[in-house]
Amino acid sequence: MGSGASVNAFFGITTMIISIPTGAKIFNWLFTMYRGRIRFEVPMLWTIGFMITFVIGGMTGVLLAVPPADFALHNSLFLVAHFHNVIIGGVLFGMMAGITYWFPKAFGYKLDPFWGKCSFWFWLTGFWFAFMPLYVLGLMGVTRRLSHFDDPSLRIWFLIAAFGAVLIFLGIISFLIQLFVSFRKRESLRDTTGDPWDGRTLEWSTSSPPPAYNFAFTPVVHDNDTWADMKKNGYVRPQGGFIPIHMPKNTGAGFVLAALSAVMGFALIWHMWLLACAAFAALLISVIVHTFNYKRDFHIPAEEVLRVEGIRTRMLVSHV
Amino acid sequence: MSEATMSPFDNATAGVGVTAVATGAGAAPRFYLTREHHPENGTLFGFWLYLMSDCLVFACLFAAYAVLGRSYAGGPTGGELFDLPLVAVNTSLLLLSSITYGFAMLEMQRGRLRATLLWLGVTGLLGAGFIGIELTEFAHLIHEGAGPHRSAFLSSFFTLVGTHGLHVTFGIVWLITLMTQSAKHGLIPENRRRLMCLSMFWHFLDVVWIGVFTVVYLMGVLP
Repeated sequence: MGSGASVNAFFGITTMIISIPTGAKIFNWLFTMYRGRIRFEVPMLWTIGFMITFVIGGMTGVLLAVPPADFALHNSLFLVAHFHNVIIGGVLFGMMAGITYWFPKAFGYKLDPFWGKCSFWFWLTGFWFAFMPLYVLGLMGVTRRLSHFDDPSLRIWFLIAAFGAVLIFLGIISFLIQLFVSFRKRESLRDTTGDPWDGRTLEWSTSSPPPAYNFAFTPVVHDNDTWADMKKNGYVRPQGGFIPIHMPKNTGAGFVLAALSAVMGFALIWHMWLLACAAFAALLISVIVHTFNYKRDFHIPAEEVLRVEGIRTRMLVSHV
Repeated sequence: MSEATMSPFDNATAGVGVTAVATGAGAAPRFYLTREHHPENGTLFGFWLYLMSDCLVFACLFAAYAVLGRSYAGGPTGGELFDLPLVAVNTSLLLLSSITYGFAMLEMQRGRLRATLLWLGVTGLLGAGFIGIELTEFAHLIHEGAGPHRSAFLSSFFTLVGTHGLHVTFGIVWLITLMTQSAKHGLIPENRRRLMCLSMFWHFLDVVWIGVFTVVYLMGVLP
């Protein structure tokens, strides 16, 4: 940036420091996979795509951390390519991995893998076609937010980027089709076991979607990957002897407070002082009124737990 | 309530001895508890986390004051503005209020509702006195033309001291709420937990004020 020497030094050093924990995370993930039995199902595809893309984006970030380089590259398409590289590679691909992985736990059926793979490959290739030319253009001195350019030699790079954008568009369409197709085929994609991936962590020990109380009995944790540990060491699902489960009651307080905060924020932004004061007073009063409610919990009766667990038992038995 | 003394972290050990053995396998590890399990101290731990995040807010404001506290822009300095004897009275009010809150907590442990309420009331009055003096000081400064717009020093001063004052004000609102609830329901476990949270909050504000008194007022009057 064009700031003073101390500001440049501060931002340069802090930006470089960020890469250390990020690099540590990359090694965490690599060593988690190392010598494991990797199945290339859709969540794993997104995960690997995320790791590779994110590493490249991180490395261009370290280039930008060098103040003299940043002085030249600030506000250029190189910067645009860099942050899309980390946001798409680091956030979006990771989110897609998570959505695909936990979708069956939340909704009770898996997402259709064919359209998932279409979405992944369109997104991945589209991303590389769309943003790698921007690195080149940035190094050639093109700044961001241009409405047009005069130099015809730049044209080919913009065309390649536009082609990538079309591929990304197809990736988005594929994801929407995936949601639609999966909903239509939900009976054949139904997760009857609660453990569709042969998972390792506790959420996969419950039904999909899980009951309101999550676990009929509180699990005791002996190992990192408790569910894998339980499966290995002869865990038998309890089918009786349930006890009432202590639960928090639902409350609308959070929603009320959020809504009033939104009103107050709006009023503050537009300098509507009277409305802001009123909303703040209402906020304070709602908080206080909420604290006068002492009846915040209830018990799910043991019979109800027995009934819900019985449904699960029948589902497990009927799909063996 | 025997679990009330348990830390939120001993989930794994708490149930040993009463856990179920997986059906049929005598030597199999215990995979789940067959009784209700509720670590009760989660709220206090959560409140500590809140206090530490609040600590970060004050750390930022202290840092801003440390950087800007001598940028007078040709305006008045701390040495010219601060009335140390008044601030000393103010400080002693707040420190005393921490002691009286401590007395309230001692009475709460003994289960004496009236005495608890009495000490809480004294605490609230001392806090109100503190806020009253602070507001008088602010009004005086603004009247003299030394408001937050005057210089970077005064902007950071009003932000830091004002944020602390706001915390105390909301502490008083909270105190009145808890006094009402304790009077209504007695010293039931919920109210004891709430009073303990407010206790931590109140002492935390006291600690922050010691920082304000030292960094802003005492060091501010140094040449």
